[in-house]
Amino acid sequence: MAKFEGYKDIYVFVEQKNGTIAEVGYELISEARKLVASIPEMGYQVVGVLLGSNITDKAQEVITHGADKVIVVDDELLKDYSTQFYADALTQIIKEFKPDSFLTGATVLGRDLAPRVAARINAGLTADATKIEIDTEKAKDGEALLLVTRPTFGGNLFGTIVCPDTRPQMATIRPKVFDMAPADASRTGEVVTFAPAWESTEPQVTIEKVVEKVIEGVDITKANILIGAGRGAEGCLDVLEACAKELDGVVCATRAVVEDGYMDKSLQVGQTGKTVRPALYIACGISGAVQHVAGMEKSDMIIAINRDPQAEIFTIANMGFVGDVNEVLPLLVEEIKKAKAA
Amino acid sequence: MKIIVLVKQVPDSTEITVDKKTGTLVRDGVPSIINPDDLAGLEAALELKDANPDIKIAVVSMGPPQAKGMLQETIARGADEAYLITDRRLGGADTCATSRTLAAALKKIGYDLIIAGRQAIDGDTAQVGPQTAERLGLPQITYVDEIIELNADKITVKKALEEEEQILTSKLPCVLTTLSGMNKPRYMNCNDIVDSFDKPVGIMTFDDLDLDLSVVGLAGSPTKVHATFTKDVSAETKTYDLSAQETAELIASTLKEKQLITK
Repeated sequence: MAKFEGYKDIYVFVEQKNGTIAEVGYELISEARKLVASIPEMGYQVVGVLLGSNITDKAQEVITHGADKVIVVDDELLKDYSTQFYADALTQIIKEFKPDSFLTGATVLGRDLAPRVAARINAGLTADATKIEIDTEKAKDGEALLLVTRPTFGGNLFGTIVCPDTRPQMATIRPKVFDMAPADASRTGEVVTFAPAWESTEPQVTIEKVVEKVIEGVDITKANILIGAGRGAEGCLDVLEACAKELDGVVCATRAVVEDGYMDKSLQVGQTGKTVRPALYIACGISGAVQHVAGMEKSDMIIAINRDPQAEIFTIANMGFVGDVNEVLPLLVEEIKKAKAA
Repeated sequence: MKIIVLVKQVPDSTEITVDKKTGTLVRDGVPSIINPDDLAGLEAALELKDANPDIKIAVVSMGPPQAKGMLQETIARGADEAYLITDRRLGGADTCATSRTLAAALKKIGYDLIIAGRQAIDGDTAQVGPQTAERLGLPQITYVDEIIELNADKITVKKALEEEEQILTSKLPCVLTTLSGMNKPRYMNCNDIVDSFDKPVGIMTFDDLDLDLSVVGLAGSPTKVHATFTKDVSAETKTYDLSAQETAELIASTLKEKQLITK
């Protein structure tokens, strides 16, 4: 006898804009596939939820990326994102289809929508997670308890959160923490269209204008090599820039450096900044606060330079160097130049 | 017009370090501050009041008794009144229970506009603003980077998204969540701090809220902490203690070997 009668499957909100699907949706579907595979006895499916206008033909794309089923709401009111209409539609989908777990990307849109829906149905919602699992022991008793891990300041470095008493178990998950499986054109699945009963079609918030954001400098999430500046590097940011130039990389920063006014917020890496996964991350004068590490620990290779041999960054760096960045970096720039000339 | 600003007292996270032995965060001696996104919200409200002195600002926080000092400071910065919701019975609340508590208190205090910080640096959930809006049945605009125009019945703001900015207009009352960096919070002077003691911080407890005990605090929180743990030390970690020159040489040779240096 299941604890929550009728609740099943893992649902993923598939965020799209003007018909282009955000990668995070496919990252979560790929991870949800692994979750359902870990509990074969439950017979769960991965279900995508696609909201928008003129997007029904995109459902097949969601299936090729791993969904068994896609629930589509195709309505003019959903053309642009609106908290009001998206929350109305999603709440009705949850009430109608009873997802056991519901995952949303922790994007600006996801973090606007998910809490609104969770409050309306009084479901537990874990924010900005970096890892999800299902308790395989409990699954043997017919309960697919979702274990959601996120960095926390509650006394320890990481917390695993569960919602044992409410359904669906909701979580927002950071983009880029999971790999996106390649599309498989041979996959087949079911497309279900759903027509919500709108509480009101009168918008409470209207979009007056959309302006492309002027991104000062570059997009650090796309950089292959990043040189990270911490407080210990505030005195030699020009040398970090020179080093980045030699390596064809980009300089990014911790929150402390951004708050001290040395670097733009768009270059901030960490829990409140951006998540990056470059091939190489050189952490310069970065202590390794949980906040920052959460945003860069998935880098392929991490090299850290810090004066303090006890610095936390050394526990995650592939190569750690005890030293003063003010002394090391100018020499490193010279060594890189030599290596290029050789 | 009455603007409510929601604030939270948080530890100054840039000063928190990790105890290597226990893996826990060392919070002792770490100063408490007003959460940065909330302080931006307060400054935004104060700027609206600068332009229209008829605006009244009430600052509301939920937290332990020591948060009173922070609220006194918000009065010194220019808020007209401040309320602390504090009660052991409300402790251990997640965002679901917190938003119920705040919504109940805000109904008592009254509002035309509610401004909350986008997220708190000690929790980083960004959920309390939207969930409070939901419980009050109000529209919301999150990630607000600028308030453009406030009228009697509507407000126009700029919202910052990943790759674009939107100019949005909402009916009032509504809830905005603000981003630190949208403005530069003003300083207080000594006289303001002294004068602020003429306006004491109001205290609200569970008994003032017309809520059932089962929907607040730990009991009213659907999310539960299952486990906390520290990160495993990476097996491939190696720390070197070399001269600056040797360090530079080893890094450069490693990068060359890994083909990360290109001509």
